[in-house]
Amino acid sequence: MSTYTADEMMTVAAARMLHNGAVCFVGIGLPSTAANLARLTHAPDTVLVYESGPIGAKPPVLPLSIGDSNLAETADTVVSTPEIFRYWLQGGRMDVGFLGAAQLDRFANINTTVIGPYEKPKVRLPGAGGAPEISSSAKEVLIIVKQSKRNFVEKVDFVTSVGFLTGGDAREKLGLPGKGPVAVITDLCVLRPDPVSRELKVASMHPGVDRETIVASTGWPVQFFEDCGHSEVPTADELQVLRDLKARTAAAHGVQGDAA
Amino acid sequence: MAEWITLAEAVAAHVRDGDTVAMEGFTHLIPFAAGHEVIRQRRRNLSLVRMTPDLIYDQMIGAGCAARLTFSWGGNPGVGSLHRFRDAVENGWPGPLEIEERSHSDLANAYVAGAANLPFAVLRGYAGSDFARVNARIRSVTCPFTGEVLAATPAVRPDVTVIHAQKADWKGNVLLWGILGVQKEAVLSARRVMVTVEERVRSLDAPPNACILPNWVVSALCEVPRGATPSYAHGYYERDNVFYRAWDEISRDRDRFTAWVREHILQTQDFAEYLRLQDASHVQAVHP
Repeated sequence: MSTYTADEMMTVAAARMLHNGAVCFVGIGLPSTAANLARLTHAPDTVLVYESGPIGAKPPVLPLSIGDSNLAETADTVVSTPEIFRYWLQGGRMDVGFLGAAQLDRFANINTTVIGPYEKPKVRLPGAGGAPEISSSAKEVLIIVKQSKRNFVEKVDFVTSVGFLTGGDAREKLGLPGKGPVAVITDLCVLRPDPVSRELKVASMHPGVDRETIVASTGWPVQFFEDCGHSEVPTADELQVLRDLKARTAAAHGVQGDAA
Repeated sequence: MAEWITLAEAVAAHVRDGDTVAMEGFTHLIPFAAGHEVIRQRRRNLSLVRMTPDLIYDQMIGAGCAARLTFSWGGNPGVGSLHRFRDAVENGWPGPLEIEERSHSDLANAYVAGAANLPFAVLRGYAGSDFARVNARIRSVTCPFTGEVLAATPAVRPDVTVIHAQKADWKGNVLLWGILGVQKEAVLSARRVMVTVEERVRSLDAPPNACILPNWVVSALCEVPRGATPSYAHGYYERDNVFYRAWDEISRDRDRFTAWVREHILQTQDFAEYLRLQDASHVQAVHP
């Protein structure tokens, strides 16, 4: 068995979450890498939808921006931006919303807006993009994000995209069409919401990662599901396809495609 | 009715100090040449609207053209931060920048409302988020039929919308294809419309249902080859990813940015001269 990096483990674990045939609204960066890996391995019939308008995109290399030409060229159809949000997302046709995050809290709320107070931000982040409505309208949401004590916080500085708000039935009370985040995939583990409290708890640790490391990399006293075990190591095939994809992307763009 | 004029004439005639200006193009067909001309003619106090400010508004904000920005995602796609935008928001340089922050879905809907001559957009959005707390213009409306509470936001009604397209015929009918973004809605929601195109052709030869903007919704047309560079024009040229990455360095520092704007925009005659400079520096980068 070949060795692999924590980032590769994260991408592979995230890709496995997409079932074949799922219609997936894909964020740029890590979600796009994982979704394309799924498409190139176990889920060839997955329909990738990007907010710039391509439906059924099959990019040969990872797009560097959300609106790269290879998304349009390989899509089943390309619709306008109002149409993608109105008919296809709000219309209830997305099985999965695949998102990244700058900051995430224990109830899976996402912040991509500001670090610090809104009026006087310490760091001004890019902002919402399509995420607020993806997180509310997609039937379920997957979040892929690197984990550290700095970005896994008790409470986000700004709720850009809602997870379970304050936990319990808080999300249900909002009456949103989608059921919200079902998994958070990191470079250390997979977290899932507790069925009652809706707090994120560790469902599986990546091989070689121990509980202490995960606790030390989480900004709240993180709990573990009783049946928490270890994620399956990436197969040789998964690693080969991922590395080929990244190599093709680097050759085309000069970078690997999930830098931002 | 559209008239074919130079880009300098079009900006002089249609973009005025204090205007609400939308320059749209979702990663694709971003009207950079027009943005440069606005900087070159030193427009001030503009209220800029754009879903993704991208490098075009980073340059205009840093050059001091903007007083206000309405946007929904302000990053350098595939690279990271927009440093001039951040410096304006975080430190008020080169002047204070009032921001109105929305989501993509909202702004797309708000252009649709503008195009449809409606005062506001309705969407199932923002629930549970903090946006309404920081933007008083994000409100709600109750459906008179079902009682559902939905987000209501003001329509976008630009004084002038600027887009770049692939082709226009000699009469000024405009054709664009590929990733269309919100350009059609941005055009139809505006009082005045400027379009730059890759080329002027005898006939569009477009199939029915193609995205065509008839000449009578366009105020001014300008033939500006490569006018969307460093973004791309589908069927003409690729995105200049090298420049998008280089911008991270150029824009990080105020002095370096200011020198870049002076040399590449303020001291060049037009976009063609900018491109000659730009091409030369790319050659240098490849063969130092």
